[in-house]
Amino acid sequence: MGYLRRLIQFVATFLTNSSLGFILTRKIYQGPLKSICVPGLNCYSCPAATFACPIGSLQSIFAGIRPSLANARYHVGTFIIGFLGSIGMLAGRFACGWLCPFGFLQELLYKIPSPKIKIPKILNYGKYLFLGLFVILLPLTVLDAFGYGATWFCKYVCPAGTLEAGIPMLLLDPSLRKLIGILFYNKLVILIVITFFTILSRRPFCRTICPLGAIYSFFNRFSIIRMRFIEENCVKCNQCLRDCPMDLKFYEGANQLNCIRCFKCYTDSCRFRAIDIEIAGITHPSYKRRINGTLIK
Amino acid sequence: MKNKQNTFWVFAGFFFFVFLVFLGINAGETRAILEKATKICLSCIGLG
Repeated sequence: MGYLRRLIQFVATFLTNSSLGFILTRKIYQGPLKSICVPGLNCYSCPAATFACPIGSLQSIFAGIRPSLANARYHVGTFIIGFLGSIGMLAGRFACGWLCPFGFLQELLYKIPSPKIKIPKILNYGKYLFLGLFVILLPLTVLDAFGYGATWFCKYVCPAGTLEAGIPMLLLDPSLRKLIGILFYNKLVILIVITFFTILSRRPFCRTICPLGAIYSFFNRFSIIRMRFIEENCVKCNQCLRDCPMDLKFYEGANQLNCIRCFKCYTDSCRFRAIDIEIAGITHPSYKRRINGTLIK
Repeated sequence: MKNKQNTFWVFAGFFFFVFLVFLGINAGETRAILEKATKICLSCIGLG
């Protein structure tokens, strides 16, 4: 299962960034696929990006909501909200674990040998702050003279944008180098700090900053595909914690906000069958439960 | 019985969001996304 997930993560990353024509043209892809969002975080200003970033698109829709309403166009974000909501209702944060290029990169960086540290649990709430403030509130309320807001998360925070678009565009187009200023250095520092912590801890960006993960996390408890905890079988050996890419103890909650549905605990970690998958309320029919040391159906 | 009710609401929620997708397409939001995504937003990537 681990190899399958790695393969799917690799394929998803490649498909999301498969427009390699930029090597010759030195321009970003401008075809019709850019009207479709990807489920993961991937900057649409990346020279190789084939699709649009849902968080960038959501911010730009919110930033232009007032002029849009004034012109009776009614672009209020229903497409992106519907897109993210339908993926979330299907499988919660599944996209974070299987399809997000930035999540994949973080998992690879964590493999670099180094002392490992735990992220304080309180920081897990940071991503809701970034979602509420930088993706929704500020683009909607801080407006220029023409009534347009700004894409605050992309502009001031997003390390994926710096890595996938800022740095490559500077390399491709030397004329852009004169635009380097405090804004770019700020984003570069954020990228370096996050890269550093990604080597030391598991998926720190997903857990503390990512607004996309914050949106999907709301659906973890209500999605069609859910996890189920069979308490009688759990011996609290903590193998699930050791294997979990998000540092979760499964027995503290089957559908925790940070669970990215990688299913590693289900397929590899738990030898006591305390973890099950529920699809539309239906569980595995042959799944056995251990009660008083006896396995029963 | 309660489980069936929950499953109903889960699917109702899913189809509600799918409906929003079509509503957005009908309102032309995909065109707005295309316009934005095909241009390099320099300030968005920390330049300018």
